[in-house]
Amino acid sequence: MAVKFEKVSDGDYLLDVTGYVCPHPQMYTKKVMGKLESGDVLTLIFDNPSSGESIVAMCDSDGNELLERSDESGTFRWRIRKA
Amino acid sequence: MANDVKTATIDAAGLRNGVWYSHKGNVYALGIVLLVALGSVWALAQDLRWIYLLVYVWFGLGYGIFLQYGRFCMASAVRDLFAVGVPRMAVGMLIAVMLFSLTAALVKVLGVSTFHPHPLGWHIIIGGAIFGFGIVFTGGCATGSLYKSGEGNLGSMLVVLSISFSQAIYVTLGGWLNKLVPASWTQSAVAKDMPAELTVGNGWFDQFTAGYIWDLTGGQLSDQLGFEGLFTGAFFGNALLGAIVPSLLLMIYLYQTAYRKGYQRRFKIETPRLGDHLRGIWSMVTASRTTAIAGLCLGLLAGAHMWATGELREHYGIFNFGEMLVDMGHTAGLSIQDTVFDPGYWYITTQEAQWGAWALDKAGVQMTDNIFFGLENGIPNPLINAPGWMSIGIILGAALLALVRHEFRWKVPSLETAMFAIIGGALMGLGARIALGCNIGAFFATVTNGDLSGWIFLAGMAAGAWVGVKGFNWWMEWRAGDDELAI
Repeated sequence: MAVKFEKVSDGDYLLDVTGYVCPHPQMYTKKVMGKLESGDVLTLIFDNPSSGESIVAMCDSDGNELLERSDESGTFRWRIRKA
Repeated sequence: MANDVKTATIDAAGLRNGVWYSHKGNVYALGIVLLVALGSVWALAQDLRWIYLLVYVWFGLGYGIFLQYGRFCMASAVRDLFAVGVPRMAVGMLIAVMLFSLTAALVKVLGVSTFHPHPLGWHIIIGGAIFGFGIVFTGGCATGSLYKSGEGNLGSMLVVLSISFSQAIYVTLGGWLNKLVPASWTQSAVAKDMPAELTVGNGWFDQFTAGYIWDLTGGQLSDQLGFEGLFTGAFFGNALLGAIVPSLLLMIYLYQTAYRKGYQRRFKIETPRLGDHLRGIWSMVTASRTTAIAGLCLGLLAGAHMWATGELREHYGIFNFGEMLVDMGHTAGLSIQDTVFDPGYWYITTQEAQWGAWALDKAGVQMTDNIFFGLENGIPNPLINAPGWMSIGIILGAALLALVRHEFRWKVPSLETAMFAIIGGALMGLGARIALGCNIGAFFATVTNGDLSGWIFLAGMAAGAWVGVKGFNWWMEWRAGDDELAI
């Protein structure tokens, strides 16, 4: 089990922090969002519920748009567009 | 909320695909409810006095439910503020503090408060800092680790184990550590003329307790300010001045430093007026509805818990559960004063230390030749450890809601997470023992009862968490190396 970050296509990235608890998901998300360009989209996969609350707040604070939230069976798959 | 997107969440009640029991989680959740209900009935059928212990279980269950509901972990109050600039949990924590301060004041007016002020000294900020450093790496505070254990997180269970055993070991260590203890502490401790079996002159924690802590004083703001009226002292002194005003000031600080900029940008406010700032603060409070609701409910629940235990003590004419255990014929594991740990309110770390000590005692390690276990808290069998059952209640309550919300998952920690859990948990245990409690016992329970020592603990915890976040960032950078896509 390791954190996975990869470029899927131009402007489309994937960050998988499944299996990690606080503070890993939110800190890795912040770090990755810092690397992306404006308009890039990140697909974020995680399974630590409390991290989701912080990530929503981060998006609100930074102006990033949460395009999609799929929360099934304890695995969260979110898509975030960088402002 | 700006990011109020449509979600593809499975219906929380599990009804989308048929009847409620078609989802296993709901069935298991019902099993937990039945387990607690039947266990309670069985215990009461044995002896009605077990209600004293059951109150801890039931309130623990309630804490667990609301902690899971609001993702309420006080570690993130300081950690996420420094790590990702999110004040969500800090705000939730302050809401809980304000509500608990009001309910605690009411309990004091009713004359059944179980609260005892903490001694004021340097140990609070030092212990708080060590604790705050540890929580960054474990992923949760002591309570947060319990509720996350209820979500199936095995890493959080490791944290609980580490806190339990590390505390038990710390309070019994002597040997070369005796040489680090100031001579004045040793002299003062020995001069207290304690029972010989406690060997107070051997063991750093005994000398710290008897030679330093016992020489300190503490108190509640109502007494320190000389408010003689019970109502004025409890509500104006303890609640308003001791908890609500500091909480509101901290909220303004959080708004100014972590929320205002984003709020003004979202609502395109270029020259904000007072009304804009007030709306901004309200927006910050309501930004995470679940956290705010959890804070409100936990504050109310904590006060009700203190009231219920206080009333039971009045009813049974006891000061400590140990007296009741003796009457019921359970004398094993009590301290030499026939007492056990019995705070009468939300508390976490001491009962975990008792679990660790009980296990070590069963393994043949001498665990009672010290003040912490031998004189004060005892090491009762976990089956009759009332605050221990509150912790188990928290795990069960969180599991119950996580199962219903389809969020329960067994999560096996990676080597890195396990290492952080064990080392961080050991640091949390050390910090909690030095500060005489964790973020619940040394902060939440104190500031809400007019004991300002809790704000000092928070300052220490925040400082430790700030250093911890720097360390965690360094760790991430070190792991990433030079790879552009590595993180």
